[in-house]
Amino acid sequence: MKSPRGTGTSLKNFPLFGPVAAIVFGFLYIPLVFVVGYSFNSNRVVTVWKGFSLEWYADVLTNDDIQRAVINSLRVASISTVLSVIFATGLAIGLLRMARAGKTAAWSLIMAPLVIPEIVFAIGTLALFVQIRFPLGVDAITLAHTAFCIPFALLPIRARLRSVDLAVYEAAADLGANEWVIFRRITLPLLAPGIVAGALLAFIISLDDFIVSYFLAGAGGTTLPVYIFGMIRNAITPGVNALSTLLLLVSVVIVTVSYIIARRKR
Amino acid sequence: MARRSTSGRAGQGTWWAGLPGLAYLVALVLAPLVIIVIFSFLSRAKLGVGVKWEFTVQPYVELFYSESLSGERSFDPTYLQIFFNSVVYSLITALVCLVLSIPIALWIATRPPKWRTLLVFLVTIPFWTSLLIRTYAFVIILNDNGPINGALTGLGILSEPIPMLYTPFATIVGLVYSFLPFMILPIYASAERFDFRLAEAAYDLGATKGRVLMRIVLPAVRPGIIAGLILVFIPALGSFLAPELLGGGKTSMIANVIAAQFGASRNWPFGAALSVMVLVIVMLALVAFAVVARRSSRRGSQQSLESLL
Repeated sequence: MKSPRGTGTSLKNFPLFGPVAAIVFGFLYIPLVFVVGYSFNSNRVVTVWKGFSLEWYADVLTNDDIQRAVINSLRVASISTVLSVIFATGLAIGLLRMARAGKTAAWSLIMAPLVIPEIVFAIGTLALFVQIRFPLGVDAITLAHTAFCIPFALLPIRARLRSVDLAVYEAAADLGANEWVIFRRITLPLLAPGIVAGALLAFIISLDDFIVSYFLAGAGGTTLPVYIFGMIRNAITPGVNALSTLLLLVSVVIVTVSYIIARRKR
Repeated sequence: MARRSTSGRAGQGTWWAGLPGLAYLVALVLAPLVIIVIFSFLSRAKLGVGVKWEFTVQPYVELFYSESLSGERSFDPTYLQIFFNSVVYSLITALVCLVLSIPIALWIATRPPKWRTLLVFLVTIPFWTSLLIRTYAFVIILNDNGPINGALTGLGILSEPIPMLYTPFATIVGLVYSFLPFMILPIYASAERFDFRLAEAAYDLGATKGRVLMRIVLPAVRPGIIAGLILVFIPALGSFLAPELLGGGKTSMIANVIAAQFGASRNWPFGAALSVMVLVIVMLALVAFAVVARRSSRRGSQQSLESLL
């Protein structure tokens, strides 16, 4: 007998799978380590290490254009997060009660931004806004981001809603609560962790978006990723890395918090 | 949308709670797609921004023919070549991702449950970070002065750095890096549901590890593989950043050409026609996916798609 009954370990290790897994994890993280590492380079030439320095952080944090870009990014991300979470909460509840045909159609519409190549979505929105003479800039970006943040906000909310025991509602209804009271006093508090997790995901998806923002930015709508793209095109200094490191840090912290909240009390 | 009776269970809200969201998506997802299709049949505006409302199929003709200054039309494979390259790059990307993902997905699926969640989370983190920054990382790494060339020349393996940046190789590396989690996660989702005692049984009955993998484990994770292929292929096909930053001018993909039509080239109808072609390819890929997926447990693939998010 190669594997005694009960332990079942002999096949846990296909030869080479462990080493390949380690290499793939390395491949996923080492490039980011280089971005972070070179942000502390005192040399102007990113990849030629001269010495440790924080000057690039001081440099980017005091740059007026970058501050404006950060403010634009935060404004776009906050507003599109709020809007997409409101729409997504309604959709999560609505989807439960839709007939099968309606549900399928609604689901394809919600998931469409994830399937359509982003470039097509970006220029389609650009064409739409130009056609209806809606000015390009932060508001245009916010409206477009809201659309593709909806699926990201929806999934944690929907997962949460599915795990709710339906008897809770029936009990509330039997005790005389109307739809609104049930929504406010029962559904919303139960959904809260899903809503927070969804909001955090929507926020980073908006904050990190480049392509849609790039096409809709117009003259005054430069967001942080659009600004970084300009820097990369222009001249690569460790300043790009310093800014990138800060953006990476925000994303990683937010996704970790979202993950912890979504997993709690399932 | 057919309305289902809502009288049965009270308090679960009603179908119309989803209406504001659906209306919003119609206005900001469906309408832009419709506009793209309309624009692709219109004429170029005088100044290049926007369109002139005059019906024409000229943008589609431009996909295949170019016109000389004297107005003579001749076959021009430039754009077909770019489409072809984009499809080939995306297929290579999907296959490389597949080869890298099977070992890591199965390795994670065979870890103790409490480790699995953490490992899967580690796979997803890069997905939630900025694609621009992840692509930029390879500008640094593949640079002539970058760490790879630095190490190889420093160790005396190379006398001169090999140019890696601004090549198709760099583009494909960037694409693989961008979309690898989309392959690992659905394969893992399939593997996690697989009862590894079946593989154990085959092993005990004398099958070699290779045979167990090929005959038992891989067929079981097929839905995940199919989902992964489509989830990598589609975004790779529409990629803008990897060919732009890593491919230099030499390896344009469709998205770069589309972007140029809405930028410097100022030919919106042609850019719209190119986008329609991208959508057609995406739809063909999705149909092919649906056909293959139906043949091998359709439910499994859908579950893996959903489990990704």
